[in-house]
Amino acid sequence: MGEVIVVTSGKGGVGKTTTTANIGTGLAMDGHKVVLVDSDIGLRNLDVVMGLENRIVYDIVDVVDGFCRLKQALIKDKRFDDLYLLPAAQTKDKTAVSPEQMKGLCEELKQEFDYVLVDSPAGIEQGFRNAIAGAEKAIIVTTPEVAAVRDADRIIGLLEAEGKEGPSLVINRLRHHMVKRGDMMDIEDMIDILAIDLLGVIPEDEYIVVSTNRGEPAILNKNSLAGRAYRNISRRIQGEDVPLMPLDTEPSLLERLRRLMGFSSK
Amino acid sequence: MNLFNRVLGREGPSKEVAKERLRLVLVHDRVGVSPQFLEVLKEDLIRVISQYMEIDDASMRVDLSGSNNSVALVANIPIKRVKRGLIAKTRRQEETVPR
Repeated sequence: MGEVIVVTSGKGGVGKTTTTANIGTGLAMDGHKVVLVDSDIGLRNLDVVMGLENRIVYDIVDVVDGFCRLKQALIKDKRFDDLYLLPAAQTKDKTAVSPEQMKGLCEELKQEFDYVLVDSPAGIEQGFRNAIAGAEKAIIVTTPEVAAVRDADRIIGLLEAEGKEGPSLVINRLRHHMVKRGDMMDIEDMIDILAIDLLGVIPEDEYIVVSTNRGEPAILNKNSLAGRAYRNISRRIQGEDVPLMPLDTEPSLLERLRRLMGFSSK
Repeated sequence: MNLFNRVLGREGPSKEVAKERLRLVLVHDRVGVSPQFLEVLKEDLIRVISQYMEIDDASMRVDLSGSNNSVALVANIPIKRVKRGLIAKTRRQEETVPR
């Protein structure tokens, strides 16, 4: 019996979909059966981040409406045999699925998979209600900015009210040089304000844009700083005790030279 | 703030500003998320204060009020009558305290 984990944030654009794609890929890299569920109906994106947009036949709404069986809508990943995506519908809206239907879907999926990762839409309306309906655990993604932290706090409150306990925090896009000069909130500051457990910290990394351009999660690139941070998170989810990676690593002279000349691997 | 920035008239690190603003906004947000919060607090206040004085709990108001850099809990509690028995009791206690 698998585990259903929702990835949510309140605010949009903080990296929910990137986080879902990378953690899911990381869990599959370690041999787990994983399904990623895109619950952002009307604004689906997990398919493009995973590079699977051309393979979609059926979607989540087709499944709950009974147009196809659940297995028919699952898209197999290009790279890992045990990684699947259940895409959102692009032409419907949030009301096309109810929280009860979502709960049933998650129940069914966790019979088959070790991890069911639900990518939540931004906001606190029905899309969010759907996303959390079947989840046992929640990962809150935030960035070190006032608006994102405020929304994360609201989401934590709503999850508590729903009786979902112990959400954990992913701090995304931390810019170490800004923290160092006092112009960005640090890890401790955010843990102190939000008072939840830290799951991991993702440093700002230009490679995320490149990886999204290509439809290949950054976790597949060992040279990507963000990719390595996601790798650590996916191992922590499996119960491993992985220390936070040092963030004060400036690019080496050789790396800077390579970038300058356009030969960079990044 | 270093000398260079001071000469240029730049402001100090903005992180502290962010934390302070967040702290204030979250006080409001967290109370606002559950409207029951202030109701429960109000009932508890009524229970405690009623031991000392008779209050008009129907027109009692408990609110958060915020200014620039602080948030205060403001309670407006109309008093009908102060209980005499209790005043006598506290006075007796004062008299029996050895000097």
